[in-house]
Order: sequence, then structure tokens, then C-alpha cells
Amino acid sequence: MKLTGAEIFIECLKREGVKTLFALPGGVVLKIFDTLHQQKDIEVILTRHEQGAGHMAEGYAKATGKAGVCLVTSGPGMTNVITALADAYMDSVPMVCFSGQVPTSLIGNDAFQEADNIGLSRPCTKYNFLVKDVNDLAATIKEAFYIATTGRPGPVLVDIPKDVSMAKAEFTYPNSVSIRGYNPTYEGNKWQIKQAAEAIMKAKKPILYVGGGVGFSGASQELLELAEMTQIPVDMTLMGLGVFPGEHPLSMGMLGMHGTYEANMAMHYSDLVIAIGARFDDRVTGKVSEFCPHAKVIHVDIDPTSIRKNINVDIPIVGDCKTVLRELNQILRATVNGEQKDLRKPWWDQIHEWQQAHPLTYHQEQDGPIKPQQVVKRLYELTRDRDPIVATDVGQHQMWAAQYFKLAKPNRWLTSGGLGTMGFGFPAAMGAQAAFRNRLVLCIAGDGSIQMNMQEMATAIISKLPVKIIILNNGFHGMVRQWQDLFYEGRYASSDLGTTPDFVKLAEAYGAVGLRVKKVGDLDAVLKEAMATDKPVIVDVPTYPYENCYPMIPAGGCNHEMLLEDPPELKKQVGSEKVTPEDKDTVLTA
Amino acid sequence: MEHIISVTVENKFGVLSRVAGLFSGRGFNIESLSVAPTLDPSMSQMTIVTSGDERIIEQIVKQLNKLIDVIKVVDLNETEFVSRETAIIKVHTKDADRAEALRIVDIFRANVIDSTPSTYTIEVSGDPKKIEAIINLLQPLGIKDLVRTGRVAVAREPARPVAVQTKKVARD
Ligand SMILES: Cc1cc2nc3c(=O)[nH]c(=O)nc-3n(C[C@H](O)[C@H](O)[C@H](O)COP(=O)(O)OP(=O)(O)OC[C@H]3O[C@@H](n4cnc5c(N)ncnc54)[C@H](O)[C@@H]3O)c2cc1C
Ligand SMILES: Cc1ncc(C[n+]2csc(CCOP(=O)(O)OP(=O)(O)O)c2C)c(N)n1
Ligand SMILES: [Mg+2]
Repeated sequence: MKLTGAEIFIECLKREGVKTLFALPGGVVLKIFDTLHQQKDIEVILTRHEQGAGHMAEGYAKATGKAGVCLVTSGPGMTNVITALADAYMDSVPMVCFSGQVPTSLIGNDAFQEADNIGLSRPCTKYNFLVKDVNDLAATIKEAFYIATTGRPGPVLVDIPKDVSMAKAEFTYPNSVSIRGYNPTYEGNKWQIKQAAEAIMKAKKPILYVGGGVGFSGASQELLELAEMTQIPVDMTLMGLGVFPGEHPLSMGMLGMHGTYEANMAMHYSDLVIAIGARFDDRVTGKVSEFCPHAKVIHVDIDPTSIRKNINVDIPIVGDCKTVLRELNQILRATVNGEQKDLRKPWWDQIHEWQQAHPLTYHQEQDGPIKPQQVVKRLYELTRDRDPIVATDVGQHQMWAAQYFKLAKPNRWLTSGGLGTMGFGFPAAMGAQAAFRNRLVLCIAGDGSIQMNMQEMATAIISKLPVKIIILNNGFHGMVRQWQDLFYEGRYASSDLGTTPDFVKLAEAYGAVGLRVKKVGDLDAVLKEAMATDKPVIVDVPTYPYENCYPMIPAGGCNHEMLLEDPPELKKQVGSEKVTPEDKDTVLTA
Repeated sequence: MEHIISVTVENKFGVLSRVAGLFSGRGFNIESLSVAPTLDPSMSQMTIVTSGDERIIEQIVKQLNKLIDVIKVVDLNETEFVSRETAIIKVHTKDADRAEALRIVDIFRANVIDSTPSTYTIEVSGDPKKIEAIINLLQPLGIKDLVRTGRVAVAREPARPVAVQTKKVARD
């Protein structure tokens, strides 16, 4: 029997196990929406902006490990979703985005709402397809899902012209994919793995540097075994948070620009860096020429371009984390004995010293302004038993979330690392909530960032996605203000948000619940109330506006040269000629 | 250092822009690029002349390999290879110059492929030095037009691909 392109589209999604589609209609995709409207297998979540649809697909993907799927119309629909595609590309998020296109006969004619979707998305997708013939549609969709989810995952765009969605073809879904130019390597080179094992046995000051790749690979168990067997400390990247239990004695927490003191010191002074599924981003390496000056480097990554892109590697292993770690563990199991423990005792003594010297700190006064760290810490302590999924926006609050919310498991951390997209958090949280209706999904947001996708509250209400948003409301683009404090002599050019809406009323206007924490003593009670609500909630927490996030390695600085607190000249500045926290507070609540 | 990279790609819509976009997006140099079909009509052959230090060339090769439409990448500098470029040069030739032009054509084993009372159109192929040399000699006569193909190259021995990507059949 022949099916229309729109029907083929739906059949293909069903074959790929897609249950949820984040979408916003328009002229050229009406046939697809009309067909979707007449079936029940796939839920359509109507978003208020295509960027929201894209980030929801990302959140869905990060939480489930499966491809997130979104559908947008031509022209402006496409240009709106670009930010989400670029975000997914930077963070290797598996995602398939379908875009509508003007009829094939009009392509290139500057037709109404035409955009060069393939040209626009080429630099921010892993691959993209323009389907010119309905007979190719099914095979193309199969390839799109295959490419998005294998090797180093990433976003794939499928552009479907209007006539293709209306035309008919015989439907057959291929059960295999054959792409001669695409052949990701999963097995690591055995000889190299042996070399790695030998280096690990000999190292006196080894450190594991693990990233998002461990999560994509589902290799947390293997990582835990490796670390425990060899007693090697574990540094996590921002994208790697959760792949190793945050409260584990071997965990050093996050490394990098806002990483912990011990994580960065251990990296700098180590003699063997074992990088697994991490890409030596400049927020981690700092000044490349002085990065890990004493260390040999082992690098396990499925993407050969990640290896030796930024720094030299002694033992490169191209392969999948899980497969490589299994093999490595097998060799080590046979060779590890008590000797390594003695060999590394001085290293651990040193690490414990670092941990004690400069733990993460902040000062919360009993009746002083609320410190943002306190909010994240209490949120963590109050919700950890419910194994929540945590999304963040981008800025200081994101870094405090990374430092104080100690995740125990992978697939619970939704954050935008590579692109650093403000406005990511709320829709990403909704995407995860759509996948797991009964789980607790939190969004730790900034007052600046949340306003970038606030419109999705309408979607949250209608589609019943009871995300709990906690706004660390400092009245500033705080991260920008921090850099201005440190590097621009405190001139706050366009970082003061001035008037911010009343987020409580805003929540209520959408039909959600709005709560405000007025003083630090109320924090627990309000958070508990929010967690007990079955609707979307905004908890507005006015926080101390001038709090800065430490440790901090200034951009281009060296990993062992961290700022641990406001420099003395800065301490004097705050509170004198600037607005005092109290003034700010009245502005916020007025 | 200059490298000649030979790239076998799918003969499909948009592949050239993916390769060109990779170079421009990542700030790699392209000195010249030529594309033409191969014996197998489903594939095309690109010859890219680029330059950079060892780390950059390694990234270029890896990034090219990462493109899904790229089937094979060979850095020809890792083997022995022969390369050629063709130039077509139109020169002004007045009376006495015509003989001089023909003498130069002769020395360089070039060909005159078109002639009018006031011009010769000369085709020359060889390595870039030879082309530069003939251009230098013809310049005083007055070059009206010059087009160059960019280099094409082939390995002398069957080349070892930098990273072979074999045909893949994946199960669902
Ligand atoms: C305001 C702000 C501050 C930041 N500060 C920090 C900071 O202090 N510290 C920090 O770490 N980051 C920080 N970041 C994030 C930083 O920009 C990078 O996004 C992050 O460091 C990259 O993490 P990653 O190395 O784990 O790589 P990812 O982007 O997660 O990449 C994963 C790597 O694993 C590989 N891979 C994928 N799948 C597999 C597999 N199956 N097997 C093997 N390998 C695989 C990929 O090829 C890739 O190389 C910050 C971001 C922002 C916005
Ligand atoms: C879309 C986008 N625009 C601009 C930036 C630059 N930027 C990074 S952090 C930041 C401030 C974020 O403010 P807020 O959300 O209030 O978080 P805070 O730092 O105050 O916690 C800005 C403007 C960005 N990351 N993303
Ligand atoms: Mg803020």
C-alpha cells in the first residue's frame, strides 16, 4: 500500500521508538501535523518557540540517552531552531530535527518563508539531508537516526519539502544502514590499551579526567571499577558531572575554570593524566603551554579529531569508553596489587592536604542576604533522596550548581557547556520531564537566562510538565558582572538587569505556582513546598547580588593559579558606591 | 609546510560545500582545490593543496575523514607522488614577439592551442615552478589572461590511506 510522505514520516518515527515530538507548525509542514493529529502513538508537544522545541529534544536526549526529536517549519522556524542545533553539536547531543521546506519546484526562488536550511545548518549539525523524492524518505530517516546516535553523537537535520510530505510512495523501512564514509571505531587498539595499563601501573601521581563521553557510552560502571581498583582520584568536567558519584571518596568534583582546588591542583601536578571521553576544552586546560607540565597523557575518545586537537597525547586510544575500559580493567585486574597503594601514598597525602586547605566555601550569615551557594546546597540536600534530574541555565548559578549539587548517577545533569546557551535550562528540563513524567526535574536558573525562554511556561502548563524552577535572582548577568569586577575595574556595562519582572506573578499569570524565599530562614520551607506541588513552580530566590564564584582560573591562566576569593581591592569596592544588597532587594520585590 | 591531500568523496549534491566549509570554518588554508569525477561515477576525487604545521595537517586529515561524505583521505606528502598543474595563458604578440613567444613555448614544451593576429593562447602543464617560470618569461610580452587548474596529484605506489574508512554495514 502506498503512504503519503507524512504517513511515512510517522511510521519511521514509530520504528525508531519515538514517543514524543517537540514541534511547532507552519505552512509547509501542515500535512505532517494533520497526519500526526490523527494518530495516538506519538505525543506532540506544542512549544511556544522553536528554540524551546530544540532544547526540549536535547533535554529528552540527555536524560534518556536516545535521540530527541523536533519538527519545525521552513524559514523562521528553521532559523529559530539553529541555536539548539549549534548547542547540541557542541555538546554531542543525539538529536534529529525535521524541518519543512518549500515545494521542490520553488527551492531557490526566494519563495515565501524559504531559507537555505541545508546551508544554514551545515556548520552546526553532524550531517544534514534534503529529501527531494518521497521514495528516499524512509531510508533517509533511518540514516538520520543512525548517524545521530552512533559514534560521537550529534544533531542531524532532515529537510522535507512540502510536496514530498504530500506525495505517495510504497513504504518499506530498511533494517540496516550502509554508509561507506562513516564507520566509527568502537574497539580500541589492543597494543595501545596495554601501553595504557602499563603506564597506570607505574604512575605515582595519576589522575582520571573524565567527561561527557563516559555518559554517552554508558561506561559509569566500568569507570567506577577502574578508579576503585587502582585508587586513582577522579576529576570530572562540567559535562561529565554524574558519570562518577559526586560523593565518592575518590571524587575530586569538577575541574577547570570554576573547578575545585584539589581537582585543579591534582591535574597540574600529576604525572599521568588519563582522559576518558573528555575533550581538553580551554575551560579545562587553561594556558595550554603550561597544562600538566609533568604528565604523560592517555586519551580515550571515539572521535579521532578530539585527540591531539589542543594538547599532545602520549597514548591515544580511539574507541568507545565502555569497550576500552572493559579491556583495560581486564588487564589491570590481573596486575594490580598492594604495591600501587604504597607507591601512591604520598600523592594521596598531598591531595588530602589540598582538600583540607581550600574546600569550597562561602559565608552565610544567619539573617544576612541569601547566598546562592546556600540555595543550591539546601536544594541538593532536600531532594537527593528523590534522585532528581537537574537542568541549569548559563552563568554563575550554573557553576554553583556544578559545585554544590553532587550527582550520583549519569543522565541527570542537563547543562549547556560548549555553546553556553542562556535559556537552555527550562526547556531542557521540560524535555526530560516529558520522558520521565513521574520524576523530579529541577531547573536551577538565572534571572537573566530564564527570560530567554520564559514563553515555554505555557507549554509546561498545557503539556503538564511540572518542572521546578529555582531562580537564583541576583538582579544581574552575574557571570558578566563577575568578569567586570575582576577585569574591568567594576564597571558594570550592561550587566545590571535593572527591572526584572515579578517572577511570582509571572508564574501565576501562566497558571503555574509562584513562590518567593524572603529570608534565608524560609529557604527550606519554601523549597519543600515547591517540591510537594504537582504543577510547574517558579521559586524566586533573591540572592546576594555581589557574590562571585570561586575558585576561578582567569581565562588563559594556569591551572594551579586559582583565585580563591575576591581580591582585596574588590572587597573594598562592594557595598560602597554600589547599590547595597538591601536596595537591590527592594527593587526586586517592589 | 605545504601538503597535498587527496580526498575521495561521494559524488553528491553539497559535498564541495561541506569540504570548503570545513576549511573556512576552522581557519585552515586552501591554496588550491580541484574536483572531478573518478572512474566510478558514484565518487569524485578532490586534490587539496594546503599548508600548516604537523598538528594542523593532522587535524585537517582527521576532520576530512570525519565528514560523512568523505570515503578516503591520503596525505600525499607521506608517500612519493607526482603532481601536475595546467595553465592556459593568453599573450599579446606583436610582430617580433610572436617568434619569441614560440621559442618560449618550445623550451617549456608548452602548446599553442589558439592563435589570432594579435594573440597566442598557450597551454602548459608541469609542476608549479615550471608554470611560474614560463609566466615570468611571458610577462614582458604582455599577458592578457591567465587561468590555472590548481594541482592534481597521484601517489607513485598504491598509497597508504591515513585512516582507511571501509565499507560499513551496520545492523539495526
Ligand atoms: C559559564 C561556563 C563555565 C564553564 N566552566 C567549566 C569548568 O570550570 N570546567 C569544565 O570542565 N567545563 C566548564 N565549562 C564547559 C566547557 O566549556 C566544556 O563544555 C566542557 O569542559 C567539555 O566537557 P568534556 O570535555 O567532557 O566534553 P564533551 O563536550 O562532553 O565531549 C565529549 C567527548 O567525548 C567523546 N565521546 C563521545 N562519545 C564517546 C564514546 N562513546 N566513547 C568515547 N568518547 C566519546 C567526544 O568525541 C568528545 O570528545 C563551562 C561552560 C560554561 C558555559
Ligand atoms: C544566549 C547568550 N547570550 C549571552 C551570553 C553571555 N553570558 C554568559 S553568562 C551571562 C549572564 C547570565 O545571567 P543570569 O542568567 O542571571 O545568571 P547569573 O550569572 O546571574 O547566575 C551572559 C550574558 C550567553 N552565554 N548566552
Ligand atoms: Mg543573574
